[in-house]
Amino acid sequence: MSKGLSGRRQPGWVNPPGHYLKRDEMYALPGLVRYKPRARYLFSAGQAQSRFLQGLKEGRILGTRCPRCGRVYVPPRMYCEYCHTRTMEWVELPGTGVVHTAVVSYIAAFRERLKEPVIVGVIKLDAPGYVEGGYEFAGLFHRLCGVTPEDVMSGRVIGMRVKPRWKPPEERRGDVNDIECFEPVEG
Amino acid sequence: MKTNIFVKDRVAVVGAGLTLFRRRHLETPRELAWEAARQALESAGLTFDDIDCVVTGTAPDAFDGVHFNGEYIADSGGFGKPTVRVYVGGGTGVFVPVAAWWHAASGLCNTVLAVAEEKMSPAHPHPQGVFAYIWDPILERPLGPNLIWIFAMEMRRYMYKCNTTKETIALVSVKNKRNALDHPAAQAAANITVEDVLNSELLVWPVNRLDISPVSDGAAAVILARENEARRITDSPVWVEGIGFTLDNTHWYNRELAFPRYVNYAARMAYKMAGIERPWREIDVAEPYDPFDYKELHHIEGLMLARPCEAPKLLEEGWFDRSGELPTSPSGGLLGVGNPIAAAGLMKVAEIFWQLRYEAGPRQVKKPVHYGLAQAWGDLMQVGTVIVLSN
Repeated sequence: MSKGLSGRRQPGWVNPPGHYLKRDEMYALPGLVRYKPRARYLFSAGQAQSRFLQGLKEGRILGTRCPRCGRVYVPPRMYCEYCHTRTMEWVELPGTGVVHTAVVSYIAAFRERLKEPVIVGVIKLDAPGYVEGGYEFAGLFHRLCGVTPEDVMSGRVIGMRVKPRWKPPEERRGDVNDIECFEPVEG
Repeated sequence: MKTNIFVKDRVAVVGAGLTLFRRRHLETPRELAWEAARQALESAGLTFDDIDCVVTGTAPDAFDGVHFNGEYIADSGGFGKPTVRVYVGGGTGVFVPVAAWWHAASGLCNTVLAVAEEKMSPAHPHPQGVFAYIWDPILERPLGPNLIWIFAMEMRRYMYKCNTTKETIALVSVKNKRNALDHPAAQAAANITVEDVLNSELLVWPVNRLDISPVSDGAAAVILARENEARRITDSPVWVEGIGFTLDNTHWYNRELAFPRYVNYAARMAYKMAGIERPWREIDVAEPYDPFDYKELHHIEGLMLARPCEAPKLLEEGWFDRSGELPTSPSGGLLGVGNPIAAAGLMKVAEIFWQLRYEAGPRQVKKPVHYGLAQAWGDLMQVGTVIVLSN
């Protein structure tokens, strides 16, 4: 419990103040307040990403090109982060790329254990405007399928060539889940 | 050569305070902040009346469940004084003394109280629920990501690029939790082995439970003063020699994850100001940010305290132990002492302050110390904040 030390010089090894509660002690506290916020949001995707999401619905991966440095942004931005110019030119990419990194998740968004692990990663897309092997690249964060946890752990999956597996057109809703996952390119 | 010719005044840290770091505190955020502030004032032999300005820091408002959280905790230290809250995610803890530095270096304030507080436990049953809102609502949240995913992805990339293993990286957790055994505020101090880390609950491969720092409540505070004032307050001021901070873009999946460019830029800024040309030789003790074990190595490389991909090898050789050539996280870091986000970064600054005054007791590193460094990182792999101190 609290043993704050007074005095002119308090070195870095004295007992710091504060009262720790065990879980049960917290539940037994007088005046414990429970509160659940009720907030709902609608997010507009903006100039660049609205069009990108429309592209996904059509089964296309679109990027924007900076007129000054030539970088092609996926996901698209309506401005170039490096040049601070407006990016007006739209480019369609083949959608293929290589796996930059991949992990096997055994938990979901709120730490619930998953029955089946999911594999997610970063896909570095084939896009013009970047130095090969450079620090920046066009890419997406998405699920990977057709690979096993062992592929991830052995490192075999990194650098693997992949392409998007699209949902059937009638199921696409113009969101990032219109791509079911990225899967290995055969052969 | 020092290049900060436009800085009006030298600034020193003259006091530091800390609360216990624990999973659940009885104290409210304000009370925690007040306790830390009181300790810092006492350690400097000052009273609240001696303070000109106040800088506060706390990370996402959603943990405490109160918006304008900075102002919410500010009456514990900022009542009736010029007060500002700074916030750069996990980087906040080191950004608080950086902001306090420019308050004093500009000549605006003689003495500045810098307080950082975090109470994560109100988010119930687990703060993971709150972390879900840091993801981009349009392109990331629909995939149902967990916060740990992003760290796991970065760790996996680092392992691949540097050809290192989970076993080696786990040594950071072993080292820091062991160092924390000597820290009176520590929450997760333990004598563990690499096997314990590897056998702990697997969350997102390659991340196990013991690769991660715990959820914590806590607060920390330091006092900064201009040179004349600092020399009046104490005969052993710890000088702020350099500060640095940078922001990278939000699109973490458009960047090489194996090297933290943003930390590197912040470090170069701080070294330039401090006149440090060979940080790997001139920095004697460092507190790199370690919310995950691989992050310490990642940041050591970003800070140029080791060459890219060299940190795992040096770690195995004991280079970063308290008795090593370049002790890192001698406090026990976030992995050992705990991770009340903003307070954890400031705890690191306080540790360097104590190390440079030879006041760290059983945590004091073996080698003589002249220059020390604390660093934090934050947001979506975006923010680097660095402070270089000397005695």
